[in-house]
Formats: sequence, C-alpha cells, structure tokens
Amino acid sequence: MNISQFFLQLINGLNIGSIYALVALGYTMVYGIAKLINFAHGEIIMVGSYTVFVCTTLMGMPIWLSIPVSIIVCAGLGICIEKVAYKPLRNASRIYLLITAIGISFFLQSLFQLIFTSNPKSFPTIIQLPPLTLGSFSISANYYLTFVVSVILMIVLDRFVKLTKTGRAMRAVSEDQGAAQLMGININKTISITFAIGSALAAVAGILYSSSYPLINPFMGSTLGIKAFIAAVVGGIGIIPGAVLGGFILGIIESLTKAYISSQMTDAIVFLVLIVVLVFKPAGLLGKNRKEKV
Amino acid sequence: MSTVLEVKDLGINFGGLRAVDDFNLEIEENQLYGLIGPNGAGKTTIFNLLTGVYVPTDGVIKLNGVKLNRKVPSAIAKLGIARTFQNIRLFSDLSVIENVKIGMHNQVRYSLFQGILRTPAFHHDEDFIEKESMKLLEVFKLHSYAHIKASNLPYGKQRELEIARALATNPKLLLLDEPAAGMNPQETKELMETIKHVRDQFKISILLIEHDMKLVMGICEKITVLNYGTVLASGTPSEIQNNKQVIKAYLGE
Amino acid sequence: MKKLKENKKLLILATLLGIIGVFAIITVLTQQGIINRYYSGILLSTCINIILVVSLNLTTGFLGQLTLGHAGFMAVGAYASAYCTKVVFASLPAIVSFPLALLVGGLLALVFGVIIGVPTLRLRGDYLAIITLAFGEVIRTILLNLSFVGGAKGYSGIPRYSNFMWAYFLAVATVIIIVMLIKSRHGRAIISVREDEIAAEASGINTSYYKILAFIFAAFFAGVAGGLYAHYMGIIEPKAFTFNKSIEILVMVVLGGMGNIKGAIVSAIVLTILPELLRSVSSYRTMIYALVLIIMMLAKNSPAFKEIIRKIKNKIIKKEAQE
Repeated sequence: MNISQFFLQLINGLNIGSIYALVALGYTMVYGIAKLINFAHGEIIMVGSYTVFVCTTLMGMPIWLSIPVSIIVCAGLGICIEKVAYKPLRNASRIYLLITAIGISFFLQSLFQLIFTSNPKSFPTIIQLPPLTLGSFSISANYYLTFVVSVILMIVLDRFVKLTKTGRAMRAVSEDQGAAQLMGININKTISITFAIGSALAAVAGILYSSSYPLINPFMGSTLGIKAFIAAVVGGIGIIPGAVLGGFILGIIESLTKAYISSQMTDAIVFLVLIVVLVFKPAGLLGKNRKEKV
Repeated sequence: MSTVLEVKDLGINFGGLRAVDDFNLEIEENQLYGLIGPNGAGKTTIFNLLTGVYVPTDGVIKLNGVKLNRKVPSAIAKLGIARTFQNIRLFSDLSVIENVKIGMHNQVRYSLFQGILRTPAFHHDEDFIEKESMKLLEVFKLHSYAHIKASNLPYGKQRELEIARALATNPKLLLLDEPAAGMNPQETKELMETIKHVRDQFKISILLIEHDMKLVMGICEKITVLNYGTVLASGTPSEIQNNKQVIKAYLGE
Repeated sequence: MKKLKENKKLLILATLLGIIGVFAIITVLTQQGIINRYYSGILLSTCINIILVVSLNLTTGFLGQLTLGHAGFMAVGAYASAYCTKVVFASLPAIVSFPLALLVGGLLALVFGVIIGVPTLRLRGDYLAIITLAFGEVIRTILLNLSFVGGAKGYSGIPRYSNFMWAYFLAVATVIIIVMLIKSRHGRAIISVREDEIAAEASGINTSYYKILAFIFAAFFAGVAGGLYAHYMGIIEPKAFTFNKSIEILVMVVLGGMGNIKGAIVSAIVLTILPELLRSVSSYRTMIYALVLIIMMLAKNSPAFKEIIRKIKNKIIKKEAQE
C-alpha cells in the first residue's frame, strides 16, 4: 500500500466527512428536540445549492452575497416546514410525523424537478484560493476550506448550545418539554430556532458539497441526507459530538472503501457499518442507553 | 402460608443516583400488601424492577422460587406478575373487550398457523377467550361497555379496565400503582372494596402502591414504608401507625 | 349466539361467491375481447399492488412501524424467483416451477427481513424507517453490480408465467391470510404493539417477537409480489425498485387508511388505474403523492386542519341551502 495514496484518501474522507457531519448536526439537533427524523433535511441541502445557483447564474448576484441569501432562505424554509407540517402533529403518534416528513421531502424534490427539470445544473465556482502544498502533494482549496469551515461551525455550535441562554433552553426542551415549559421556556420559539440553525448548517453543507462536486440536481439531497442520518445514528443521535464523530467516521470509511475495496459497494458497506453499530451499541458510539419512562 | 414473592437486597443505580437500596420484601399467598412512602421514595421504581422494565443493579427477585432477574417484562408477566400503571396505559384505540382479550394472550395456546387456517383449536380457544373476557368485565361492571373504544370510558372506568386487563393474564401477584389516583373519596372507597373482592375471588396476592396512608391502612394486611429508596419500616397497619420513624418521615419533627 | 354464527357462515359463503364471480366475469370479458391486452395488464398490476399494499399495511398500519424498503423486498423476490425459473427449476414444467419460484422469492425476502429486522426492531421505532430505506437502496446497488442477473442492463428472458389468474388468486390469498392473522390472538398482539408497547409487554406479549413476525410476513408477501411482477414483465431492472416505488406503496396504504384492509384494497385499485388514465399529468405524480401524504396526515391529526375542513363544509352546505 502506498502511504501517500492512503493519506490522500484520508483527506478525501475528511472532506466528505465534514459535510456529513454538518448535515448530521441538523438531524441530531432536530431529533433531540422534536424527536423526529426530519426526512426533509436532505432536501434543504438541495434548496441551499439551488438558491446559490439561482442568485449567481440566473440573477447575476455576486457570490459573497448569494451565500448569506442561501443560508437565510434555508433557515426560513426550515422554520416554515416545522410550522406548517410538524407543529400540528406534535401530539400525534410518531409514525404520522414521519410520514409527513417524507411527504415534505418528496414535495420539495418534485417541486424543484418541475421548476428546474432533472437535468443537472453546473454550480458556480465559489472558492478561488490556491491549493495547499504539503511536501509532495497538494490539497485543493475546496478540501481544506470545507474542513476548516465545518470545524469552526461545529465549535461555534457546541459553544452556543452549552453557553448561551437559547442553547440552554434547547437542551432543556430536549430533556423534557413539559418541564421546560413550566420553567417559562417558550417551546415554539426554541423549536423554531433549532430548525433554523439545523437548516442553516444544511445550506452551508450544500454549498460546500456543491463546490467540490459542482453538478447539482433535485435529488442530490436524498443520498447525502441518508448518509448523514446514518452518521448521526452511528455517533449517537441527539448528541452533538456524536454527529461530528459519526460524520468523520463515515466519510473516511467511504473513501477508503472506494479506493481499496470497490467503489460500487460503498453504500452497502456503510449500511453494514450501521447495522453492526446498532447491534453492539444500539444508542450509537457516544450514546447512553436510556429507557422510556414508565 | 407460602411465600409468593421474595425480594432480597434489591438495589438499582441510575448513573450516580442510588434510587433503590437494600430493599427487602416478602409477600405471602393471598396477602394484600401495601407499599407506601412520600413522593419520589422509589415506589414506582420498585414496580419497574419487579416487572423487568428496569434491570436491578443488585439483589434477587423470586416469584414462587423462580428467579426473575434479567427476564424481559413479557416473560415475567407470563410467570405471573401483572401490573397497572400510574398514568393509565390502555390500548386506547381498541374496544374495552379487546383490551382484556390482549391480556388473555397467553391463556390459550393455538399456533399462528392454526389461527390463520381457522382450525377447531382456534374456534375453541377464541370462544374461551370471549367468555372469560366477558366474565372479567362483569366483575368490574364493564360488560355493558364491552364494545366501546377504551379511550371513551370515564376516567374511573379506565382504571378498572386496566385492572381487568391485568387480571386477564391470570397472575399470581397483582401490582397496582396508585389505583385510586384522581378519584374522589366515594369512588376510592368503592375501589378499595373491589380490590378486596378481587383478591378473594381470584385468590391472588396484591401489592398496592398508595400515597395516602389512611387508605392503605384500611385494607392492607401488611405494609412497607419506603423513604429515599430504602425501607423505613415494615409491619401490620397498627405497627406502622405507631412507628416513630414513619411519623417523623410523614409529619416532620 | 347461534344466529350470529349462521350469519357468519352466510357471509363467508357470499364472500367466496363474490371472489369467484369477479374472476369469472373478468375471464369472460377477456375471452370476449372486451378487456384487451392493455387493460388486462393493468388488472394484473392492480393485483400485484394489492399484495404489496395489504402486506405493507401489516407493518405500517397494524404494527405501527414505518418501513420504507418494501420495494427492496420486492426486488429480492423478483430476482430470486426469476433466477429460479430461468436457471434452477428450468427443467420443470411451468405449473410446478412457477409457484416454487414464487415461494423461493418470498422466502428469500423473508430471510432478508430477518437480517434487517432482528437488529433494528428492538430499537425505537424511527430507526426502522431509515434502515429499511437504506436497505432498499443497497439492494438496488448490489443488483446493479451482480452480472449474473444482468446488472444495470436488466435481467431479461424471464418466462412470462404470470397471468391474471395467478395474480388474482395470490392477491385473494394474501388478503385472506392477513385478515385471518389480524383477527387472531397473534394479530391482537401485533396491534397491541402499535397501541402501547410497554402495556403490551406488561400483558405478557413478547413485543420483539411480534414485531419481527409482522415485519417478515410483510417481507414475504412483497417478495411474492416481486416474483409475479418479474414473470409478468419478462425483464426486470434494478431501477424498477427504487425508493419511489416504496413510497408509492406507502401512499396507497395511507390513502386507504392505515390499519384498514378494505381501504388498502380500494386505494390500490384506484391508484393503479388512475395514473394510467391520467398520463397527461404524469409529471405531477410525485408531487400529488407527496401532497396526499401530507394532507392525509394533517387531516387525521391536526385539530386546526379539521376545523378548516369543517368550515369549508359548512360554507358549501350554506351555499347549497341558499340556492
């Protein structure tokens, strides 16, 4: 085995892994608070990428402006989805919520397919920095920037949840909604903020992903979404460091499988990893087993 | 009289918290036993340990000499411990009689294929279930509600249906978690009579959690008082009433 | 009591007559050429969809667990049974090899159901949704890479053994088996898991066992449906078994009412025939499906939504009264 080849694959894995981690954070936060697998989360990634595409390519907006626009659009969309589709079902059985979430995901996919057709669109070049040269090989700007941005966002999020008042409210709601409400926490506002943050992270993930793989289509979010969700489960759903760990693990496993085993079997192997983790650590790598209260 | 339930040195940790410690209990055949204590003393936790919802950190639970540790709740129910829940847990979308029929699941033995093929065994067993379920409903005067959705029953009736469903599993020991919660004094009195009657008719032992000391004193033959997860005192109602520690725990100094 | 039993017997007799009657009418119409090849194809697809919908209803409607990989089990059944008739039982006459192949297809799907279900079903409900979804996708990518069943080109030359009779009677058998299962103590146990898992356990029901049971039953029938499909098409491709197919089946279950067998059959019939008639709006199909899912869920569970519907109804009634 060639060491530098291996190293290159590792960097590849960290690149895609940090995108998985960003998306997984959204899943995990929403799951922690609303106890819901937000199937539409993957589609937010897609919407984020399309927003940048529309702003720049179609409307001629400068790139630096299109990025915050995309983030705001996605955060708003996240809040809307929650208000329209999930909030009315908050007291309904879990399965109804899940089905609604799938409905939303399909709705967004088919809406974008109708508007933009299913033909891939080319994503504008956003990052124009020189590659980083380390000895014999160079790392493209997309790669190291994706990694750096993701890590910074994760640290900011972690501090936010741990140190701010809103973050404390979020943790309280995820522990016990009823008790949090009695303590004067505004549940609706907290849930909205959670959806907004999760969706904003998805937008960033979408932009970073599309910079590395610059062809976007209406279905790009679904595979990315499933992988990121698997990452969240592997790390321990509901736990922020778990999502990050899961994301990196999944990314690295994927790129190593692609390089050394078979590029077609990657999905099957990722899936196998999930099953193995669930068999031995049902609550995920960092999760604690908690029984439902009786 | 022989012992039905034997609990020795039972304990459980939740993280760093010792929720139940060094808990001992012996219930005899046909006994009506009370478990009392202030809020948060660990009464429901003990029910969850006895029924396998929680796995004890240490100690031994034996039902008629059979060790129950590490058995899943359904296996424990099959062995003969039935329970009700503090916050009623009925199969609320199903009819009253279906609730009881689900409780009778293990009373008959017809197999999956006998069921699908509708063999005579199926018809025989289902007739049996139907009859027995109706009988149980009659005990609680619920038979006229048999085909109503369980969630449409008035609150007190829901509690009784839960007891009926528990009895349908043909238990040796019935655990009742605050059966009188939310009832007015008159209803409570009637319920206590029903509980006594159930004990006599079905010849089972009953372990009852109540908050209110007076109530328990009225019907239980033996009582254990729990405080901070440990046994404060055990004995007959009169012994408990005169126990200084119990008075202190309940009334303060 | 005795009268009740006699009524029941009459009902069974009437149902049996109805089943045979419908079959006879359709057969006669086909022989007369009133139902042409195109329509008879739709009828066959309807039967296949009934099998898929009724079996998915077992897990989603009665057990209360969301599975999103029904098309995956269908694919397993389709490929396995096609391989059987083409290779393994090729020397046997169709009347023997076809049912055998369907059985093998169903059983292999069932085995996959065990592999997926055992580790997942002991966890909380939501995991099953995502894992079955992933399973469906993985099965598809594996099939794309299996060259001995054609890979991406598709598996062709499958004998076209499926006909309306096979599909019809297998659909009837599926419905009967699932109804009989649901109306037995085992069925009650399955439903109790949906209603309250903890109370079910406390009533002596081994919930893990019944979850797996319902799940593998559904997988088995999905496999059989896949086998029928393969021997109807003559060629199968991995892209026929995407996530969209699973969702299509789910939409049928939801529209028919979760846990409602009659509704499931009706919605399978309507949603198979309607898209054929409305080919002009086919590009909106996914969007309509998505809206069906969302609206059905909101209509069933949201008080605000119910209120809006009530108001609209009142308005319509008022208008009619004025006119």
